[in-house]
Amino acid sequence: MQRIGVFVCHCGSNIAATVDVNKVKEMALFEPGVVHTEEYQYMCSEAGQAKVIDAIREKNLTGVVICSCSPRMHEATFRKAAERAGLNPYMIEIANIREHCSWIHKDIKEGTEKAVILMRAAVAKVNLNAPLKPGESRVTKRALVIGGGIAGIQTALDIAEAGYEVDIVEKTPSIGGKMSQLDKTFPTLDCSACILTPKMVEAAAHEKINIYTYSEVEKVSGFVGDFTVDIRKKARFVDMDKCTGCGACMEKCPSKKSLSEFNQGLSTRPAIYIPFAQAIPNVPVIDPEACIKLKTGKCGLCATVCQAKAIDYTQNDEIITEKYGAIVVATGFDTIKLDNYDEYAYSQSKDVITSLELERIMNAAGPTKGHLERLSDGKAPKEMVFIQCVGSRCSDNRGKSYCSKICCMYTAKHAMLIRDKYPDVNVTVFYIDVRTPGKNFDEFYRRAVEQYGVNYVKGQVGKVIPQPNGKLLVRGVDLLDNKQILKEADMVVLATAIEPSADVRKIATMLTASIDTNNFLTEAHAKLKPVESPTAGIFLSGVCQGPKDIPETVAQAGAAAVKAIGLLAKDKLLTNPCTAHSDTLFCNGCSSCANVCPYGAISYENKEVNDHGIREVRRVAVVNNALCQGCGACTVTCPSGAMDLQGFSNRQIIAEVDAICR
Amino acid sequence: MQELVNRAKELLADGTVTRVLGWKSGDLAYNPEPAYFETAEELDNFVYNGFCGANLSKYMIKASKLEGKTLVFLKPCDTYSFNQLIKEHRVDREKTYIIGIGCKGKLDIEKIKKMGIKGIETISGINTEDDTEVLTIQTVYGEKTCKYSDAMFERCHVCKGKEHKIHDELIGESKDTKDKERFEEIEKIEAMSPEEKFAFFQNELSKCIRCNACRNVCPACSCLKCVFDSNKFDSQQKANVDSFEEKMFHIIRAFHVAGRCTDCGECSRVCPQGIPLHLFNRKFIKDINEFYGDFQAGEDAETNGPLTSFTFEDVEPSVVSERG
Amino acid sequence: MSIENKEEFRPKIVAFCCNWCSYAGADLAGSSRLNYPADVKIIRVPCSCRVNPMFILRAFEKGADGVIMCGCHPGDCHYSTGNYYARRRMTLLFSMLDYIGVENGRTRVEWVSAAEGVKFSTTMNEFVEKIYSLGENVRLGDLRCKN
Repeated sequence: MQRIGVFVCHCGSNIAATVDVNKVKEMALFEPGVVHTEEYQYMCSEAGQAKVIDAIREKNLTGVVICSCSPRMHEATFRKAAERAGLNPYMIEIANIREHCSWIHKDIKEGTEKAVILMRAAVAKVNLNAPLKPGESRVTKRALVIGGGIAGIQTALDIAEAGYEVDIVEKTPSIGGKMSQLDKTFPTLDCSACILTPKMVEAAAHEKINIYTYSEVEKVSGFVGDFTVDIRKKARFVDMDKCTGCGACMEKCPSKKSLSEFNQGLSTRPAIYIPFAQAIPNVPVIDPEACIKLKTGKCGLCATVCQAKAIDYTQNDEIITEKYGAIVVATGFDTIKLDNYDEYAYSQSKDVITSLELERIMNAAGPTKGHLERLSDGKAPKEMVFIQCVGSRCSDNRGKSYCSKICCMYTAKHAMLIRDKYPDVNVTVFYIDVRTPGKNFDEFYRRAVEQYGVNYVKGQVGKVIPQPNGKLLVRGVDLLDNKQILKEADMVVLATAIEPSADVRKIATMLTASIDTNNFLTEAHAKLKPVESPTAGIFLSGVCQGPKDIPETVAQAGAAAVKAIGLLAKDKLLTNPCTAHSDTLFCNGCSSCANVCPYGAISYENKEVNDHGIREVRRVAVVNNALCQGCGACTVTCPSGAMDLQGFSNRQIIAEVDAICR
Repeated sequence: MQELVNRAKELLADGTVTRVLGWKSGDLAYNPEPAYFETAEELDNFVYNGFCGANLSKYMIKASKLEGKTLVFLKPCDTYSFNQLIKEHRVDREKTYIIGIGCKGKLDIEKIKKMGIKGIETISGINTEDDTEVLTIQTVYGEKTCKYSDAMFERCHVCKGKEHKIHDELIGESKDTKDKERFEEIEKIEAMSPEEKFAFFQNELSKCIRCNACRNVCPACSCLKCVFDSNKFDSQQKANVDSFEEKMFHIIRAFHVAGRCTDCGECSRVCPQGIPLHLFNRKFIKDINEFYGDFQAGEDAETNGPLTSFTFEDVEPSVVSERG
Repeated sequence: MSIENKEEFRPKIVAFCCNWCSYAGADLAGSSRLNYPADVKIIRVPCSCRVNPMFILRAFEKGADGVIMCGCHPGDCHYSTGNYYARRRMTLLFSMLDYIGVENGRTRVEWVSAAEGVKFSTTMNEFVEKIYSLGENVRLGDLRCKN
């Protein structure tokens, strides 16, 4: 029989206001095994923990129930306290009488009754607890960064600077990400490429950083400290070691009609191409969809002109398997598809563009060499309209419910740059709100309005109608003047919402990292663990976690790096002892458990058993405790109940059920 | 039948097998029982007729542990169970020599008795080779007859077919006895109101005496130790003092074999209380087919079962309340 | 044997919540002060795939009037695939309970993420309301265990 102590926390008035803590304390004494009860203002405080520790020592407690906040908050605190008192930390159970009780119930009688039942369930469980001992696992001192944009580059640089090996996996042919496509950056109007390129070069040159471009993560197994990752290095058809980056192949390539991804499809590129001038690596790739040689077998011009003999049409995808201790996700974002926003005539008119397209148009390396012109006829615009929140802050299902955060600022930037370079162009911005929280952000926006005369109209645009004369009739509303606005524009720019990259869901599934309904990766705690995924060993960097601008992304990238470094600095990790184990005498060896184990933690051995005098060799399941993560899938699949989960055993859960239904 | 005996003797004689697993005649005309034969002489007691309903595949779990190879006679439907047992590593294919034997439906003595035929002395027309559709029964009250198919087990009316899914050799012809839709009975219950359903199962299950015959005969229910006999779930077998326990027992039993049950019908065959236990298993089979696509346990020895696999698009549990 | 119990019916409802999503969702419902009836008592399990059908039947045997299981949304399982197995198991179990005449509103599965405090609360409110409308679980309860 256990000797159990029950400690009831007031949590100030958080619990005590709707739960009669004294009553819970009194009732606890009636429960089997309970020999000590106590209540206190703040059990989690030093003084509160001291009470637990003293009681464990003085009353020789073998089990402890803390009636307090969620175990997600303080289970670890009280486990540590138990350990200090010499009690196995897994002899602690938490009855969650705050989040699951006092905070949701207003009636003290009801709250108290429920708290008593939750206490009973915890006592019933702790009666069946057994001391558990965590195992140890090795830490592979190497990190993987998925995504080679500014977030990934920064994280990789920071980890590498701390002295650990880092691999960056980037799916496109070059690192650089979205930032490489930007012209200028707010609120300083720095040239984006000018500040990004040095980082890219630094990452490429760093002896601790290894970059896999044109590669994707294919498979992830393992767990914190010991992930095994398969990386698919897509066939580039160009030997990276031989290529000198001279570009002769690109000039001679006869298939030049493919749309340039880098220029948002606004210009063309050859079938063999380097995405942009500063690309890293400066090695072209052959687009197999466009290459005449790969499609028909005839051509081969690029191989002929390549003096380095770097072209290899026979190259295949390659799978690289590597071990990592930590993984940082930095998969970034895309702009949303505008299929649901026909009213803005994006698909009907070439002169309705997204902000990212405008970025390319404004850029000297862009499709118009940096001249602001209409894509339909090449004429200079006189009247420009910017529409904000296209697909952001959307209350229906057409777009995204969230604020994309960066659009207000980049539109102010665009407006300002246009007014600066082309003072004869009128710029009108339709907005819902202008959101400028950030250092020097509001000043920046006010400059756009006050100094550059950008016309901000509070109101939304209902429709953009292409006119026969090539102009765009913008029908909007001015909410402050409460009147309809009809404006003939030469160009319309849509501040298109951003969303996490399309493949992040696939990656999250591989990593078993949780993801929200908008496909943003979930952080372990919204406030206190913003760069950690709930899955141990997985960290979040950049927009994959939520909309952010560049400085925020870089800051978070650094934070993610620090968390990864903290993990890599350890030689060994303690493993969760709540793992499955199989009772040899009950095991049929039927393989059902191995079939459902997501970690491949179960194998079978032919073992000699002594089953009440019957000695025979049986095929029995054996759980590898280093691999088992304790989900319990096997325990339910096992027909004989041979498989059980420590810390959440069948009998423990049944005891809780019984206590609740009593 | 003689062909089976002759072949068994040959295989014993040439050392291919060490023993034979078959049926020997019982004390009555209609109760042959599973038996091992190790010599040619013992095989003189071998019998195979319409009353040999017992599925011998489960016996191979123990036989697989014995020295040498065992010859086992399996009817088409028994081979499904055997495959399933191979899949679960419970039987040793290497130590088994399977002769697939013919079957023209197996006979339920309870059905014959229910026809009012009592005091049975002998029954003819029960052999697989017999060229008759009629059973002739000598009783103390004189000769009676009945149609063979009228005396068949329910499972034979929904026969899975004549094909042996696994065998080393085949002897004898089978007959497809299917004349009913497999899920007809299930659909009938599904159409009932909740009250009627509850009353129906209450009535059936209240007959249960927890003799465990269903569990003991079931080739899928082959755990070394049953959860209902262990202390793992606080569910040790107790006296039936409330109406829930047998409900729990039968639901859990059916759940534990769901996706593994081949629908061999042995549970219903052996139930001394005549509870139609196959109604539980077959309901799971029907649901599995409807929700996850047709699946026949034991069709082969490799495919992962429906409860140890999934698809991303599986139906939600709310389908149960939505279908009304 | 039947002594009329005139007391107001307060259902007993067991909610199995996975540690990573739904338990956290319930915590969020709490910290957001989103009310739901006190009849719901939560049992924490590591994953929805830890919920053995025996636990659910046990709850009914011991007098529960409703049992709900919450887990991560399909595709978001912390253990990647646990809830897919749980989904099949529960679908089949619920179908079986329906088949033997247990009112199908007494069992429910809902996927609740750590971010869905509102969904947790509305789900529990709905479920409790449903159990009130069904009344006491007389079909499955174990009479011996009533107070």
